[in-house]
Amino acid sequence: MNRAELLACPECDLLQSDSAVPRPRKALCARCGAVLYQRHDQGLERTLALTAGALALFAIANAFPILSLELQGERTDATLAGAVSALWSQNMQLVAALVLFTAIVMPLAELAALAWLLIPLRFGQRAPHFGAVFQLLQFAQRWGMVEVFVLGSLVSFAKLGHLANVEAGIALWSFAGLMLVMAAIEANFDPRELWEKVTA
Amino acid sequence: MNVSAASLGLLSCSTCSLVSRAPAADGAFCSRCGSALHSRKPGSIGRTWAFLIAAMALYVPANTLPIMATSSLFGSSDDTIMSGVVFLWQDGSWYLALIVFVASILVPLAKIIGLAVLLLSVQLGWRSHQTERARLYRLVESIGRWSMLDIFVVALLVTVVQLTALASVRAGPAALAFGAVVVLTMCAAMSFDPRLLWDPVKEPREQPATA
Repeated sequence: MNRAELLACPECDLLQSDSAVPRPRKALCARCGAVLYQRHDQGLERTLALTAGALALFAIANAFPILSLELQGERTDATLAGAVSALWSQNMQLVAALVLFTAIVMPLAELAALAWLLIPLRFGQRAPHFGAVFQLLQFAQRWGMVEVFVLGSLVSFAKLGHLANVEAGIALWSFAGLMLVMAAIEANFDPRELWEKVTA
Repeated sequence: MNVSAASLGLLSCSTCSLVSRAPAADGAFCSRCGSALHSRKPGSIGRTWAFLIAAMALYVPANTLPIMATSSLFGSSDDTIMSGVVFLWQDGSWYLALIVFVASILVPLAKIIGLAVLLLSVQLGWRSHQTERARLYRLVESIGRWSMLDIFVVALLVTVVQLTALASVRAGPAALAFGAVVVLTMCAAMSFDPRLLWDPVKEPREQPATA
């Protein structure tokens, strides 16, 4: 083991010592079982690559319809932005804002923050406003709800299927892909590694 | 050295988790990332209760008022969350009924009760079942987001049906109350500091385990 570092569990505050540059593994708190960190080989490089993929999927998911409904020759498409504006026009501005915030703004903020922090780091630079952008990332990870939105789209799809001719749009598949890529980001990204590299 | 960071006058930064010496007074900042340092989340118990009580109050209109109003040539109907679940069940879509029931009714209720139990256990100074309560906290924190499900469903249904001539779907007042319950319970879970559960105990320090 090389240089040791002190860790305090974020959930129970138990003080534990660990290698300052740990080998790839998932470390759990010895007392409460919380995940202390999850380290992979090339974790940050993988995170950056996945972030680029996620941004592409995010663009497609927002540009195309999620569902299309055909009733008596009339066709309506629902995009995510369309859903926000439909709620807004029904005097449900706060609900519209909540959907905008959790399904569009926060997932985009998460991806943008990751790119902001990781791209300069790739060239050995510390991104400007590093601490503040990292805090934005933590906030966005909590409030972004892509996976819940995907389940909501599937439930809507099934509900409408009883009434009319519904089609799943390109965006539904893109959102499902985005959900998987963002889960992969969460699994590969170790914030401790980020702080290690940036202070090195 | 076989205890918590706080008992040794240390604290970990909530942003970058760097362990440093706890400052004598408030208003100190992390030397690595510049975030404000706190040994425990400030005012955790009071804030969590405030968010939780507001969520409890709004849970009532969220479940009793209509979340969606449907009108078509065949008449109109107002649906509450529960009547929507019952409709799906009777329609034979028991799996959809189950998903919506769990996400919209069970999850918010479980969160409210779970957080109240955690808060009371800290305030009453319980010294047992730390591991179980830590697990309860993790559960409450991770399931909360799933109650947004119904909001997304209403948003999509409103959008796709609103323009057709045969029927119209409008979001009802419960959508607002329900959205507020989701946000408030999430804020409550984030305000709660799980380290408070462990503060009354002292146990030996060990190496982190590998999973």
